[in-house]
Amino acid sequence: MPPASFFILSCVLFSLGGLAFLIKRDLITQFMAIEIMLNGANLALVAAAKLWGSLAGQVLVFFVITVAAAEAAVGLAIILLIYRQKKNIRSEEINQLKG
Amino acid sequence: MSEYFWLIPFFPAISSLILVIFGRWLPKKYVSIQAPLAVFLSFLFGLKAFLALSQSPVETEGAALAKTLFSWIQSGQFQIDFTFWFDPLTAVMVLVVSGVGFIIHVYSIGYMAEDRSYTRYFSLLNLFTFAMLLLVMSQNVVLMFVGWEGVGLCSYLLIGFWFEKPAAASAGKKAFIVNRIGDAAFILGIFFLILNLKTASFPEINHALSSGQVSSALATLIGLLLFIGATGKSAQIPLYVWLPDAMEGPTPVSALIHAATMVTAGVYMVSRFNLLYSYSPAASEIVAIIGALTAVYAGTIALTQNDIKRILAYSTISQIGYMFLGCGVGAYAAGMFHLYTHAFFKSLLFLAAGSVMHALSGELDMRKMGGLKKYLPLTYPTFLIGAITIAGVPFFSGFFSKDAILTQCYAQGKYLLWALGLGGAVITAFYMFRLIFLTFHGQERFSAEVRHHLHESPPVMTIPLIILAFFSVVAGYVGLPVVFGHNLNWFEQFLEPVLKGRAEAHLSLSLEWFLIIVSVAVALTGIALAYLLYQKSPLLPHQLVRRFPRFYRLLLNKYYVDEIYEAAFVQPLVRGSEAVYYGFDLPVIDGAVNGSARLMAFFGRILSLFQTGQVRDYALIFLIGVALILGLVIF
Amino acid sequence: MAEKMAVFLFFLFAVVSLAAVIGMIFSRHQAHNALLLAVAFTALGGLFALLNAPFIAAVQIIIYAGAIMVLFIFVIMMVDLRQPLPAAKKRWVYWLGAGLMIVVLTELIFVLRSLPSGSHTAEPDFGSPRALGQILFTKYLYAFEITSILIVAALVGALYLARRREKD
Repeated sequence: MPPASFFILSCVLFSLGGLAFLIKRDLITQFMAIEIMLNGANLALVAAAKLWGSLAGQVLVFFVITVAAAEAAVGLAIILLIYRQKKNIRSEEINQLKG
Repeated sequence: MSEYFWLIPFFPAISSLILVIFGRWLPKKYVSIQAPLAVFLSFLFGLKAFLALSQSPVETEGAALAKTLFSWIQSGQFQIDFTFWFDPLTAVMVLVVSGVGFIIHVYSIGYMAEDRSYTRYFSLLNLFTFAMLLLVMSQNVVLMFVGWEGVGLCSYLLIGFWFEKPAAASAGKKAFIVNRIGDAAFILGIFFLILNLKTASFPEINHALSSGQVSSALATLIGLLLFIGATGKSAQIPLYVWLPDAMEGPTPVSALIHAATMVTAGVYMVSRFNLLYSYSPAASEIVAIIGALTAVYAGTIALTQNDIKRILAYSTISQIGYMFLGCGVGAYAAGMFHLYTHAFFKSLLFLAAGSVMHALSGELDMRKMGGLKKYLPLTYPTFLIGAITIAGVPFFSGFFSKDAILTQCYAQGKYLLWALGLGGAVITAFYMFRLIFLTFHGQERFSAEVRHHLHESPPVMTIPLIILAFFSVVAGYVGLPVVFGHNLNWFEQFLEPVLKGRAEAHLSLSLEWFLIIVSVAVALTGIALAYLLYQKSPLLPHQLVRRFPRFYRLLLNKYYVDEIYEAAFVQPLVRGSEAVYYGFDLPVIDGAVNGSARLMAFFGRILSLFQTGQVRDYALIFLIGVALILGLVIF
Repeated sequence: MAEKMAVFLFFLFAVVSLAAVIGMIFSRHQAHNALLLAVAFTALGGLFALLNAPFIAAVQIIIYAGAIMVLFIFVIMMVDLRQPLPAAKKRWVYWLGAGLMIVVLTELIFVLRSLPSGSHTAEPDFGSPRALGQILFTKYLYAFEITSILIVAALVGALYLARRREKD
């Protein structure tokens, strides 16, 4: 299996995740889109590990997954807080930093 | 100890600094001791240096003691150092400044006792003393100019000491601004000097002069420019107008700054440059003419004034005119001699006037005085001694110094100037005794309220008066004229090495006696006239005023000079400034600054449109950036 | 034979993950999105396995598809999403976004053209837990320890942020 295909797939995943982030209007789904982008990157990293024969890629993915988990926990907690405040999770309505 | 002479200016400087920084927490009694003590220390060191100087034979340059503290300005070949020196001319000035200064400091303890800003007063007085000593002890003209400006600043600060009074504040401003005009000319003179002689130090200047490097035209130019500065600082025509207004300041200030020291700085400067002026007969002539004219002119104004301090102010202007007259005809020693005696009797007169004011609860108008003789048993005799001295009555110091000047005028062949000087002497004697008679003799014209508070001044004020009176009498004996014996003019001999540019002229003994008798006659005439008008027939002055009303008013209003200056110079400048301000400064400069601010705000507002607060929009911009950078990297 | 199997599996997992993501883009229900995402993660796990990263594959499935998606679903449950979203205000963002992502995609692919083809023949041990463990605890020890601290911090933070407030 040529490694190029894995890389192309990771690029496509990354772009799709970015597109999803821009298109979606509720926070949770946007957050999920970010996770997709991370996964795209992970795929590229693992493929590169195989390509160059270095385990460093896999180690990096290990850490990325870990940090993503931590980030998901905290991010979701914040989303909960926002819901409690505003009773909805429309990202368009969160604009207190305007101006 | 004389090698520590360079410390002389620093005692009052440090005292002033201490008072400025810590003054708020220092008790009045302490300030009363520290400030005069500093000046006294300067006097002691000056005395020691003077003794050293008078004992050792003085070389040709006349400067036995010199000390360079540090190198100040270095520009290529040109260098100016912070150098003090102590030669006979400096010695005279230092002793006068510190000696009379010390006496006035002591007097001030009593005079300013009730004042709110007691400490500020003494810090300023000390600062002034420092600047004045710096002026007279500097070895080059640039350093002298620093002191020159310093005394001008202190004069402003002290004239406007009671700055809440609008009259005092504007008098201070007037003094500083008029002085500045003179200083502009002074600086130009310094520039021409440095440009052509490549040096600013006095020994080198004199060296350049005597080795013929300076043309007469250049000497005239520099001499005139410097002299214009002197007319500002020493209140001569045309820049004298600030001195009468300066009487708004405390009376001891008037005594110290505007009688004994600062106003004499111009005379010192001309004497210091005596060699330069000797190379320029034209400049010297102008100095003498202005001096003589001012002497008479100011005297005529003093004839009609009713304010004691104003009379004394015009008297000062007039007497300094005499000093310049002396210098202008080449009799620098005589001019300095008069400076020295004048310091004593003029400060005596001012301090005594202050004592009168103090007794009368601040009254200065002679029309509200009279008959004070019996109430002020110490002030009256000392005041009288001062008046006798200034009138030129023989055996008092003023006689010796004034006579020295007039004799030299005659000896140099300047008969017109001599006549002017004599005329001025009559007028001087007249207005001084007018003052005496109106103030101390005759009817009492003050209210019962004032009479109730009438009291002689405390000893801290009267003792200085007595000391000054004593010196007013004896100080003249160091400069006895030739008629009493050759080589008895120690003053002149002491100054001789410094005054290379002096003009020597000798008269026969009989001619000298004749001149003396004329001077005495003139003085007595003035006194007699005053007695006639103000004691014997008090109605006579009023009749004269009725006969010549316009003449009287002309004199009373000081020849309307202030009004003329106001219309000719001040108003156009003010109008011009306003025009520039409204026409250019506000719209263009402020407009540019405010405009650029508004431009930035405009851009800011445009940029803030991007800050919608929404995450999605931020991410959009993010990704646009990513796309752009990737594109850049690839292509 | 194994080669053919690998290609087949690759396409299988790739298609599944892409389909799941595209489905996620078009779906409006968060719950559907979450499940689709879980499917995508699992497919990716399979892809990792194909790439000689068995341990990472397992971690992916356990943590991503397992823990993280469960978290998502819990939060989706706690949030009341019955109100429909109002009409979108800025439609042009969609088109801009699409265009943008195409551009990024193109650029990325362009970058990746310069990679060498053919893969490195790997040791049999490559990617095994033992090999990973060895390298993790020697060369990357610091990162490991710091990451564990990070996890604790996130734990405490999330707990604190989401605690039940007193009704005031």
